[in-house]
Amino acid sequence: MALLVWIRRHLVVLAGLLALGFLILPNLVVLVFSFNKPKGRFNYAWQEFSTHAWQDPCGVADLCGSLALSLQIALWATVGATALGTMIAFALVRYRFRARGAINSLIFLPMAMPEVVMAASLLTLFLNMGAQLGFWTILIAHIMFCLSFVVTAVKARVMSMDPRLEEAARDLYAGPVQTFVRVTLPIAAPGIAAGGLLAFALSFDDFIITNFNAGSTVTFPMFVWGSAQRGTPVQINVIGTAMFAVAVICVLAGMLIGNRRKKQAA
Amino acid sequence: MTDDTTRGDVRLSGIGKTYGAFTAVHPLDLTIPEGSFFALLGASGCGKTTTLRMIAGLEEPTSGTVHLGEQDVTALPPYKRPVNTVFQSYALFPHLDIHENVAFGLRRRGIKSVKKQVAEMLDLVQLGDKAKHKPHQLSGGQQQRVAVARALINHPRVLLLDEPLGALDLKLRRQMQLELKRIQTEVGITFVHVTHDQEEAMTMADQVAVMNAGRVEQLGAPADLYENPRTTFVANFLGSSNLIEAEIAASSGDTLALRAGDGKLSLPAARCSAPTGTGEKVLVGIRPEKISLAHADDAGEIPDGRNRLTGRVTAASFIGVSTQYVIDSPVCEGLEVYVQNVERDGRLAPGAEVVLHWNPEHTFGLDAAQAIDAGVEKVETDSGEGAGA
Amino acid sequence: MTTLTEAPPAAPEPTATKARSRRKLTPYWLLLPGILWLLVFFALPMVYQASTSVQTGSLEAGYKVTWHFATYWNAIAEYWPQFLTSILYAGLATLFCLLLGYPLAYLIAFRAGRWRGLVLILVIAPFFTSFLIRTLAWKTILADGGPVVGVLNSLHILDVTSWLGMTEGDRVLATPLAVVCGLTYNFLPFMVLPLYTSLERIDPRLHEAAGDLYAKPATTFRRVTFPLSMPGVVSGTLLTFIPASGDYVNAQLLGSTSEKMIGNVIQSQFLTVLDYPTAAALSFILMAAILLMVTFYIRKSGTEDLV
Repeated sequence: MALLVWIRRHLVVLAGLLALGFLILPNLVVLVFSFNKPKGRFNYAWQEFSTHAWQDPCGVADLCGSLALSLQIALWATVGATALGTMIAFALVRYRFRARGAINSLIFLPMAMPEVVMAASLLTLFLNMGAQLGFWTILIAHIMFCLSFVVTAVKARVMSMDPRLEEAARDLYAGPVQTFVRVTLPIAAPGIAAGGLLAFALSFDDFIITNFNAGSTVTFPMFVWGSAQRGTPVQINVIGTAMFAVAVICVLAGMLIGNRRKKQAA
Repeated sequence: MTDDTTRGDVRLSGIGKTYGAFTAVHPLDLTIPEGSFFALLGASGCGKTTTLRMIAGLEEPTSGTVHLGEQDVTALPPYKRPVNTVFQSYALFPHLDIHENVAFGLRRRGIKSVKKQVAEMLDLVQLGDKAKHKPHQLSGGQQQRVAVARALINHPRVLLLDEPLGALDLKLRRQMQLELKRIQTEVGITFVHVTHDQEEAMTMADQVAVMNAGRVEQLGAPADLYENPRTTFVANFLGSSNLIEAEIAASSGDTLALRAGDGKLSLPAARCSAPTGTGEKVLVGIRPEKISLAHADDAGEIPDGRNRLTGRVTAASFIGVSTQYVIDSPVCEGLEVYVQNVERDGRLAPGAEVVLHWNPEHTFGLDAAQAIDAGVEKVETDSGEGAGA
Repeated sequence: MTTLTEAPPAAPEPTATKARSRRKLTPYWLLLPGILWLLVFFALPMVYQASTSVQTGSLEAGYKVTWHFATYWNAIAEYWPQFLTSILYAGLATLFCLLLGYPLAYLIAFRAGRWRGLVLILVIAPFFTSFLIRTLAWKTILADGGPVVGVLNSLHILDVTSWLGMTEGDRVLATPLAVVCGLTYNFLPFMVLPLYTSLERIDPRLHEAAGDLYAKPATTFRRVTFPLSMPGVVSGTLLTFIPASGDYVNAQLLGSTSEKMIGNVIQSQFLTVLDYPTAAALSFILMAAILLMVTFYIRKSGTEDLV
């Protein structure tokens, strides 16, 4: 009886933890299977413990090349989308102009469109233009679909900014350029950083749009897709786990530094 | 030492602001003398903040000009005006520490060695030890002082303060009022202070302009405004007033004899801002604390020559230093009377018949053509559309 | 006591009006590059696709616009089962995401206390492992004869899902259930994060107020918490349903050949069969269907919200 009461009281927590487990379980599987020594080409069933994949993560042809290409594309897509998106966000929040509604829809639509539709139509354009599919077409596509997300992230931050801060800067002898560089930009920075991070993650992990517009170029997600057909090397688990670890360590380090700063200042 | 030979008055000539069909500020002329502590007082939406922002250059006037001394600054952007502002809720830069916040204006003007000046300024506002803190680590009162320091360090010709004490609690507000007054006396810069708090305006300012609906209702020293209000708005907004409808029965020399219902009152002609012809309607005003109260049984002891009205106590509330009575008189309902708690008369309880009496010299007369309750603080009672949802 | 250093005196600007008209153009300069990018690489492709969908011809001879709308009818006639499958799977995945995601978002917003940051990280962190690798992990989790299938089997859950046509025999992998499971997994964070954002904005005192006004916990949830979280529910379901309906990765990796979704068809028409008009028409139909459903949904949830 007591157990039933306890379960009833903590039902929400239990259901939430269950969902959390559902979310994390595959990552644990990826981690465990990075130490597997599979029989045959596929790494789906546990055989025996081995660290050979960790000792030689680039031991599979083209794997690290595709990883480097993905990182490179993600970097440039982030730079491009963040620059263009930040400009749009500022224009939308700070100025009144015509065709505002149309521009808002143009920014919203890419987020409300199944990826496969954007991928297919973009390929149609490239085919019609006779463009060479590869690095540049991938980069163009990535900047396109990351742009809207950056606009949304930066807009939220700029909207919550107190306009009096900029007025205060102008009142204290800062001209328009100085005001932007010394006050507006530093305060909007967290929003811009969030937008940039989002763009990086979206670009790095994108498969569908890339698959349509890559031609014979192979990014990391495309390499994984291909290996699901031909045989999955243990090394992709190693790289997946390593990326997960690096991300978690970065976040934790950031939190620790933030905490220490707060303590020092207090 | 300052030896500015040119007068540094702030002169607003015909300055006005409209937003589409809405007039925020009707064209007004105003001269703020150099070195004065000047308050713009009014309820929210009366145009006082807009006026301040036009002086700062943050708002472009629709008409008129702004002069600082001999210089026309109307077309100058804020960053070229020798004027600084203490913003409502301070607008301290959250990403900069206190030292950098205060140094901001100096650095923008290309001054390299700011350390000594900033330290001196922080000492002036008693925050010398907080230089390395971020704004959010400071209390409201401390943030307020940083905002003042950040503006004052630029030695502006005029310091503008937009509701600078609005976010502070009552006790801190009192303390900061004195603090600001001290700083102003010390640096001798013109302060223009926008507030909706009449007590704050009267405590701090040398000159007060009372604004209502985009116009200046009356301008003067606090005591003058209080004693001689010229409109019902000023009479009600600055402290509170009893206003009684009356008619001029006769005028003899500098005294007007008035008839209010079946009572007779007298009023010095000089203190009447309405037309004084016989038969004209006027509003007779008297401040609640100027009225004395006598129980009806003691009516015979009231000296001659005082204005008197009869009535009945409907409510009495004990405030500490005084007791506030509400009295219904046949002439006028809901008269307010404040009586100092020196010797309390136990008979003055609700229901008691009383006589109100005061020195006629304290009476003022207002034009009866204006709304009698202008400027009275109203309790919001409208239920709005949201209530049913 | 102080010397008044004059602020830099400046003459009234004669160029004030010029500066003002330049300021008027500023937003257009800011918008220009980004908007141009979207017009050329998002809007223009849609036009090209619309045109392609009504062309006829062959790869060798080239294509011409012949206003051949029959492509659309043929596409619908041939592929309507895949359309239905897509909407069914995406709908189920959205429902499961809501059922799983709501308690998790609620947990983070109200119950996690000092663990809130950690739980949030755990929700976001899986993103950093490529979603394809994580989806492949489900092949291991749902493997035939594995512990998950064993538990489901002994609880007779597989009998029920079999009867519903979601599984076959004692297999989960290569069945509709596996695809829906993969979709649910992949888009769950897109449900949790908007839900969390809107739950977090709710003043906890509202719960206390509801309790004070005789509402039982369940009533408080139904009358206060859930209505206030509607913005999160709406954006969460949209962020889940839209990408899920166009997805072909889960169907390909976790399903069998009979669980093709419309994304798989578009993908193979475009990249394997090279029948561009049919592929373009299918893609256009999918887009139109999604936009219609989304508009209807927003309207409906928007008005119900206000009542």
